[in-house]
Amino acid sequence: MSGILIIGATSAIASACARIWAARGAKLFLVARSSEKLAMIADDLRVRGAAEVSIFTLDINEHERHSLMLEAACRALGQVDVVLFAAGSLPDQTRCERETTVLVREVMTNGLSPLALLNALAASLEGRYKSAIGVITSVAGDRGRPSNYVYGSAKSLVSTYCEGLSARLFSAGISITDIRPGFVDSPMTAGLELPRLLTSQPEKLAPQIVRAIERRRDVVYLPKYWALIMLCIRLIPRTLFKRLSL
Amino acid sequence: MTGDYQSWGNYPNLPQTGHRAFFRSELGALFDKLNAGQSTFLPYGSGRSYGDVCLASSGQVLTMRGLDRFIATDWTSGRIVVEAGVTLGEVLQQCVPRGWFLAVTPGTQFVTVGGAVANDVHGKNHHVRGTFGCHVTKFGLLRSDQGRLECSPTKHRELFGATIGGLGLTGVIEWVEIQLLSILSSRLDTVSQRFEDIDEFYHLSAHLDQEYEYSVAWVDCTARGRHVGRGIYSAGRFADSGELRFSRQTRKTFPFFPPFSLVNRYSVMAFNELYWHMGPQNRSRRRLDYAQFFYPLDNVQATNRVYGRNGFQQFQVLIPESDAPDGIRALLLEIASSRTGSFLAVLKRFGDAESPGWLSFPRAGTTLAVDFPQCDDLVADLFPRLDAIVRELEGRFYPAKDAHMSGADFRREYPRWVQLEAQRDPALLSSFWERVTQ
Repeated sequence: MSGILIIGATSAIASACARIWAARGAKLFLVARSSEKLAMIADDLRVRGAAEVSIFTLDINEHERHSLMLEAACRALGQVDVVLFAAGSLPDQTRCERETTVLVREVMTNGLSPLALLNALAASLEGRYKSAIGVITSVAGDRGRPSNYVYGSAKSLVSTYCEGLSARLFSAGISITDIRPGFVDSPMTAGLELPRLLTSQPEKLAPQIVRAIERRRDVVYLPKYWALIMLCIRLIPRTLFKRLSL
Repeated sequence: MTGDYQSWGNYPNLPQTGHRAFFRSELGALFDKLNAGQSTFLPYGSGRSYGDVCLASSGQVLTMRGLDRFIATDWTSGRIVVEAGVTLGEVLQQCVPRGWFLAVTPGTQFVTVGGAVANDVHGKNHHVRGTFGCHVTKFGLLRSDQGRLECSPTKHRELFGATIGGLGLTGVIEWVEIQLLSILSSRLDTVSQRFEDIDEFYHLSAHLDQEYEYSVAWVDCTARGRHVGRGIYSAGRFADSGELRFSRQTRKTFPFFPPFSLVNRYSVMAFNELYWHMGPQNRSRRRLDYAQFFYPLDNVQATNRVYGRNGFQQFQVLIPESDAPDGIRALLLEIASSRTGSFLAVLKRFGDAESPGWLSFPRAGTTLAVDFPQCDDLVADLFPRLDAIVRELEGRFYPAKDAHMSGADFRREYPRWVQLEAQRDPALLSSFWERVTQ
């Protein structure tokens, strides 16, 4: 029976992954801001087969509580086999441009706080467990686009950090998978007009995310065709890129 | 606010904007947003009702599929509480391996529990267990005027009766408690046998419906002359022993809208002729998986696309017991001579079980359901002739399937509509309700 820690457990992607692990009879430890939503998700996962579900209320911007949460998770799970980090928000780009405090807060939520948490996570796992960690970043981290470069730069901070951290933890047997989804149809993107052909459902992505983490892949684009799209986008020279409003 | 929401028949074509609910705790705020400035909307489940009952008069629907969680389960008594957006298939995934089944299931497992309550759906065992609503023990309702309510046969009784079969108009159904049926195997012992005409259908029904919990018949709606009403009877009951296994539905999808309906006079005539002849002449027994028996059409998703972008209408009618054989024969004669119709025509005899729902469709008699590709002739020519027969025999149409009945017919067939209108949440209004009551 595996022990699974999920941070940002009320997100659509995390909920869909949790259902897969629950169906396999895993022990789950769910972390998110809203205890009300966590309780609803936990009830559901118990019916779907989870051996045990514990919940912990935490705003990832409360850095001083990270280690408290991690201790509770290790205690409840006994063994941490898998960690899925899926917390985050989608900043309003134009608001960030007008209000620096909003910009700073968003970079905190999507960039610095994930780093703080992963730092504490590494400390509590290293030498104890050979966990497989998955971190949801975004294709937006690959290039700075005018429409969402605040979100993109926070995500690329996390991606770069993950690359370094995975090298540091490699000898400890801990893997970090940088998961970069394209457009996902979820509460986070509910207000946006997304191109239908390029938009995926969280339930479709979840099995691929679970597999990528368990196979200890380094970087995955999901669905796979995003690897090709982003390859092309990365190849566009900066002089041209800034003239296109992609 | 993405996605386009239509009804299963793709007719009438009234574009809807979806507003998605994800958590019960956020439903109140979403409700208020949609109701701002007295504007109306309608809760929307899987969009598996055919006509316009699931379409909002305002074009704004509150889509409930995101509320897809189990709330509580008691596997010793078979009583479960689920959010309204959970589909019947999702319920089966959890309950079949534990030896439980839905007490009543329609012909698709893709409908939501909320939708099943709102349309008070029925299945092949109506003659034994009544409608879906007969197995609902309580539910949560969210209303603009009274907030959150728990309704049951003893609490808020009026709203309990109004909401079952209440077409989603009495408030947003948030969660539902249902009583499941105990099974010993997930497979069924089934029989099938073809019949030559309507009289033989009733003869088979008289025998088989007593012996088998589930029964239904496919009928050849193109057969004329002495063949009118020929078809294939199928009946089944859960086996007494065997495995309890959830049957995973395949995910093949009918990939596109063909430029014209693939269901036309020639394809239907050829198919029906062949299909009837393939039916077993003598009683043939087989053990089938529950999904093969209950949900043969769920194997391919988006099968409604075969009718092309114009869509289709299902004509489902109930003829009261006393006049049923003659009435059904008269209807089939009209349909066959019109040379329309489709592969899918179904006959089922209802029992006299009473539903708690005020506007519940089934009652003692025989129901006939036939799909028709949408075209102008249908509405101008065939439907008025069928309607006249139904009117004369005091039959009734099924709102969940309807896109054509007149307001006068509806109000005569469902006199309790006045009571439902009195219980309707002023924030909710469907295209259907506007069409038949105003």
